[in-house]
Amino acid sequence: MFEKLSYLQLQEYWWFLIALLAALFVFMNFVQGGQSLLWSLAKNEDEKDLIVNSLGQKWELGFTTLVMFGGALFAAFPLFYATSFGGAYYVWMAILFCYIIQAVAYEYRKKPNNVFGEKTYETFLFINGSLGIILVGTALGTLFSGGNFVVNSMHLSHWTKSSYGLEAVLNPFNVAFGFMLFFLARIQAALYFINSVDDENIIKRAKIVLKYESIIFLILFAYVAYSIFTMTGYTYDPITKVVSKEPLKYLHNLLAMPIVTGTLGLGVVLLLSGIVAGLKQSAKGIWLSGIGTVLVVIALFLILGYNHTAYYPSLANMQSSLTIENSSGSRYTLVAMSYVSLIVPFVLSYIIWAWRAMNSKKMTIEEIKNDPHHY
Amino acid sequence: MHIDPSVVDWSRAQFALTALYHWIFVPLTLGLTFIVAIMETIYVKTGDEWWKKTTKFWMGLLAINFAIGVATGIIMEFEFGTNWSNYSWIVGDIFGAPLAIEGIMAFFMESTFFTVMFFGWDKVSKKAHLISTWLVAIGSNLSALWILVANGWMQHPVGMRFNPDTARNEMVNFWDVLFNPNAYVKFLHTISSGYVLAALFVISVSSYYLLKRREIKFAKRSIMVAASFGLIVSLFNLTTGDDSARQAALSQPMKLAAMEGLYNGKSRAPIVAVGVLNPKKRYDNNESDFLFHIDVPDGLSLLGFHSFDAYVPGIKQLVLGDKEHKIESVTSKMAKGKEAVTALKAYKDAKAKGDKEAMKVALAKFNANSKYLGYGYLKKPSDVVPNVPTTFYAFHTMVACGFWFIALFVIILYLVMTNELEQKRWLLKAALWSLPLGYIAQEAGWIVAEVGRQPWAIQDMLPVNMATSNITSSPVMITFWLFAILFTALLIAEVKIMTKQIAIGPKEA
Repeated sequence: MFEKLSYLQLQEYWWFLIALLAALFVFMNFVQGGQSLLWSLAKNEDEKDLIVNSLGQKWELGFTTLVMFGGALFAAFPLFYATSFGGAYYVWMAILFCYIIQAVAYEYRKKPNNVFGEKTYETFLFINGSLGIILVGTALGTLFSGGNFVVNSMHLSHWTKSSYGLEAVLNPFNVAFGFMLFFLARIQAALYFINSVDDENIIKRAKIVLKYESIIFLILFAYVAYSIFTMTGYTYDPITKVVSKEPLKYLHNLLAMPIVTGTLGLGVVLLLSGIVAGLKQSAKGIWLSGIGTVLVVIALFLILGYNHTAYYPSLANMQSSLTIENSSGSRYTLVAMSYVSLIVPFVLSYIIWAWRAMNSKKMTIEEIKNDPHHY
Repeated sequence: MHIDPSVVDWSRAQFALTALYHWIFVPLTLGLTFIVAIMETIYVKTGDEWWKKTTKFWMGLLAINFAIGVATGIIMEFEFGTNWSNYSWIVGDIFGAPLAIEGIMAFFMESTFFTVMFFGWDKVSKKAHLISTWLVAIGSNLSALWILVANGWMQHPVGMRFNPDTARNEMVNFWDVLFNPNAYVKFLHTISSGYVLAALFVISVSSYYLLKRREIKFAKRSIMVAASFGLIVSLFNLTTGDDSARQAALSQPMKLAAMEGLYNGKSRAPIVAVGVLNPKKRYDNNESDFLFHIDVPDGLSLLGFHSFDAYVPGIKQLVLGDKEHKIESVTSKMAKGKEAVTALKAYKDAKAKGDKEAMKVALAKFNANSKYLGYGYLKKPSDVVPNVPTTFYAFHTMVACGFWFIALFVIILYLVMTNELEQKRWLLKAALWSLPLGYIAQEAGWIVAEVGRQPWAIQDMLPVNMATSNITSSPVMITFWLFAILFTALLIAEVKIMTKQIAIGPKEA
């Protein structure tokens, strides 16, 4: 069945899957948001344990989504994998360090004889939840604002700045993107706690976070959206593949793809209604805002990669810019991998089963105390 | 494109460091997940709460190990992009696929059901919990399958062709990649070695309790499960080890020669049971190969080719060539490789100019030599010789440990069944101290596999000096030290936490 698709359709299909993974990853960032809120929402040891354990049942899912995001990029768009990871070296390595420390923090935090003490592991969670997410957002921002790389005639790439990606933090748009993601993660975390934790004090504090940080998020979101839809993007000729600049490229893409426009609009509405629901202490808030987030991220990725757009502009050499056409795997590999992608609904269904089973009732401090294996 | 040689060294060092650290934790997860699944199955079948408690204890240790395995694992995937950027383009079309499949098929299964396994005891039914535990075991082993399909492909590339237009290798047959003989032999040998390690782990911890005269019932029952499991899987590990050597003989003869320190090829080649290499020996001098050695006659011919009379080429023949045995010299391959490199460049230049005639000529020349493209990037013939002492000693250490483990499982199983184990304190001590040997054997195995195939990132196709990222060495060096410090710190924490939990024991757990 996938054999019948054109090469471009396969590339678009895989870009959609990348968008979906990115969207699920951004949704799962509520775990990081929660980690960054640990010390502000919890005022005693019991409350800290409650927060850590409620996030502890979900952190691996977000972690795995990140790994999957990398794997899917490697298989479907290997030139991006080679160019960005091998070029913006310091940024990606810094992100990875932030995730390495997350992976041990939950399990080791409360264990006797853990060498570095509880506070260190909580700091690991904080670094992952703050710096980690801000850097991920900054890196995602460069998909719009571009990177300093050159791809030669053999398709081998190199970075032209010796800061190897760190220069991205000098661009206010990238940094705003990073902080937007950070505050989104925190408000989603607040909504998650309202949904799944049975503790008055934590909920009360989560609502305060939701109330004030939603405002910061919305300001950043407005700035980022305004920047994207007014910036000059890189387009390419469908026949000659020559890349050129196009003012308001992303706005044009939005107008050219009404389904994407609808997705973005619906996403924003759901996201806002999730925040409102959360302020009313409704457990549905996380789901409304979660689905909203997923839709918004998918729409942004489609605006970025579809409609003959360079999804990773090169600031060093315009013709090196990456597009879904010039950076993808071969037709054969995309077809083979498309068949593999048919198991995605199956994977999603067991994740949903496990989520429902684990979150069937709200978590309490007593429940954690009664489980000797808690985090 | 010029690549700084120190980038190659630092990139290799970093990959070796992170892979060796990651591999401290993975084998135990591969095996212990099955052992806890077996224990939980006994609990569900018998309804005996004692087994539930035992399962939970081993599960607790598994979690400590699992966390650091995840921590050290994430870097491995991204390192292909960060440190091996050229590699990621040149073979990403084939290599990326198993990595992505590993994510979708295995990692989600592992992580989703891991949570149910740990925190779902009172949240899902007994049966659903048991299935979750088995799915963690299956998921972690599936993950091993896909990453070893990827690694097997590096050792024996199949199912692809080089596309001069994209200047990369592209997949043409997914099934060839999946059913690559090298891949499944590697998979079976690797997972069975993980099971052996897990069995040793359970026996070692249980022996500690018996030596301390505590948790007697727990320790003896755990040993019974682990030694039975260990004996079966170690015998299986032996047969897959034999298959691995055969695969090396067929597709990586230089690796096999290095594993055995075989400089001069011969028929009825012996296998070295114990030996000390002569440090002065090179393939192009007449020094003797060994300072001391004890051989098993005809062993290598039998191991590599399943025939006493088979000819096994030595390092000398593999470098200088041997007409009688139809072995082409590296010098000749390098010359053809350089032709391929030049023709590819000419093809790309002609294409840029739109000169169709020149493209045709260059392409014909390239196609005639494309098989040797990788050799075109070598600097001198001796580059194809891996580090012989490292490969040789690592191989022999691994094999010696493997035989010791089989003997240990047999003796322990017999004594635990005859109820004499507790009295044999020397054996309990030996079992306790065999655990480090298990880890040494694991790491040695990967050293054989990876050092033995140098200089190739992809066997005969892509040498490591063409595979790295085009960066300066300082970022790689800085991150190397950061990884070294962070992973060492985490390892110390892991060992301390693990030993504390073992000291607390199952009663309090």
